[in-house]
Amino acid sequence: MRALRRYIDNIKPHFQKGGKFEKLESTFEAFETFLFVPDQVTTQGVHIRDAIDMKRTMSLVVISLIPALLFGMWNVGYQHYLATGQLGEGVGTLQLFWEGFKLVLPIIVVSYVTGLAIEFTFAQIRGEEVNEGFLVSGMLIPLVLPVDVPLWMVAVSTAFAVIIGKEVFGGTGMNILNPALLARAFLFFAYPAYMSGNQVWIHGMMDGQGIIDGYSGATPLGQAAEGNVDQMPQAMDMFLGTIPGSIGETSTVAVLLGALILLYTGVGSWRIMLSTFAGGLVMGLILNAFAVNPFMAIPAWQHLVMGGFAFGAVFMATDPVSAARTRRGKYIYGFLIGLLAILIRVVNPAYPEGVMLAILLMNVFAPLIDHYVIESNINKRLKRAQVQAA
Amino acid sequence: MSQDREPLFSSKNMKLLREPLDDSNPITVQVLGICSALAITVKLEPSVVMALSVVFVMGVSNVVVSLLRTKIPPRIRIIVQLTVIASLVILVDEFLAAFAYEVSKQLSVFVGLIITNCIIMGRLEAFALSNKPWPSFLDGIGNAAGYGLILVIVGFVRELFGSGTIWGYQVVPEPAYSAGYVDNGLFILPPMALVTVGIIIWVQRYRNRKLIEEQQS
Repeated sequence: MRALRRYIDNIKPHFQKGGKFEKLESTFEAFETFLFVPDQVTTQGVHIRDAIDMKRTMSLVVISLIPALLFGMWNVGYQHYLATGQLGEGVGTLQLFWEGFKLVLPIIVVSYVTGLAIEFTFAQIRGEEVNEGFLVSGMLIPLVLPVDVPLWMVAVSTAFAVIIGKEVFGGTGMNILNPALLARAFLFFAYPAYMSGNQVWIHGMMDGQGIIDGYSGATPLGQAAEGNVDQMPQAMDMFLGTIPGSIGETSTVAVLLGALILLYTGVGSWRIMLSTFAGGLVMGLILNAFAVNPFMAIPAWQHLVMGGFAFGAVFMATDPVSAARTRRGKYIYGFLIGLLAILIRVVNPAYPEGVMLAILLMNVFAPLIDHYVIESNINKRLKRAQVQAA
Repeated sequence: MSQDREPLFSSKNMKLLREPLDDSNPITVQVLGICSALAITVKLEPSVVMALSVVFVMGVSNVVVSLLRTKIPPRIRIIVQLTVIASLVILVDEFLAAFAYEVSKQLSVFVGLIITNCIIMGRLEAFALSNKPWPSFLDGIGNAAGYGLILVIVGFVRELFGSGTIWGYQVVPEPAYSAGYVDNGLFILPPMALVTVGIIIWVQRYRNRKLIEEQQS
């Protein structure tokens, strides 16, 4: 550790003003602060500089994603073996995990390399510090994609999300939409054949090689949207996550583990998570009350373990940049996400899963919600002040 | 009389023609005529036809209104302008239907909607009503060309990425498709036209610094 510190201190002058690599200062700075907590202190005025800077916060979110990631890798292998009928004696957990690991790792690498390359380039051009927002987005993007998505599409969508979703608005912390979801939405509309339908969720399904004849491969939501509610997997399977779906979204258990880490460290907002789940439940109950088709009649709580709802509520809706920031605003924001997600999911057959669209839509509305919350607060206080004056 | 007659292509007149191409582009700087830029730019061919139609309508209507400018009673000037534009648009529509039926079908209602293109009314009001025919003509042609330029760029980009063709001819080679390349469906949808226009604005302001608005503090 100390040798590393000494090495960094040694090469530091080259990157400072007048040094050989002056132009790459922000790149150097990014790596230095990634390895060591920056030792800056405030020199004047009353300020608090938290040692938990943005890099540490982002790392915490990445850690909380690990359960979903590991389970996702295993599930990719499991679903593939299940569909090809290879699941039998002698196929161990590790083998399944390794199978998924080989497929998922390239997606993660492509997502990180593309996104970070763009972030570093922009930071150098602007002469700003490299921001670490992409640490999380780069991990979220692979988790919300189907496993067989071509790698160049991952690169294109990541580039689109980082440039159009973030850099255009001024970089990390200035974006209106959640970059990871934007990447997914881009893929969804640009290459629908690779992002939706029944063929994309299990590895090898699109080529059709070795797949058991007549094996469906549809996600539970896909089944439900086609009216085959009776063919949906058991609720327990959906809760554990042994179902087809995007890489990281299937397991509600893994997502909840991540949520615990986020909540314990105070990085994620429990208000948003709670109200999102509440919103989903309420919409489920409303649909139950009408229940004109079997999909509307499934128990409301089951909606919460299906598809990407839990993943979206825990990791996407709580993105501190694109979410509402006022306390009351967070409740409204989360509740509407839950409400809309289930509504889109059940009522619009063109979109089997509504979480992505619901969160993106509410991202756009978040500043408006905040505005009215603050306005009403001001009015309330004004009224109180006038009463006292009178 | 003869000494204040300025040459036809004086620098002032040329500026009328040149400025809308960049510094005061109707779409990217004045943000007018966006709707048609989104609607008809899926392919290059309709974009070019649309651009030419607008050049014709704007050039002629500017001259006509400029010739009539002392005769039009101010109170009913809008309706007179509309009549002029509408007659010209009907001419264009009929012409397209007769000689370029396929394109005319693709453009469908949007040829008729040239009447409501804010750029045309805007230039009539702002320029032709108070200027002589020749400068008005140049102003009309210039603004329509500025509009058309953006339309053609957007149409080119959207057709290239959305359909893999240019003017209906396939330009993305077949081996690329068999290697796994897929046309980007988002470019067919209107939102991508908006993003493309946004990128054009970005590039334009990067090159032309005086267009960047003052920061509000």
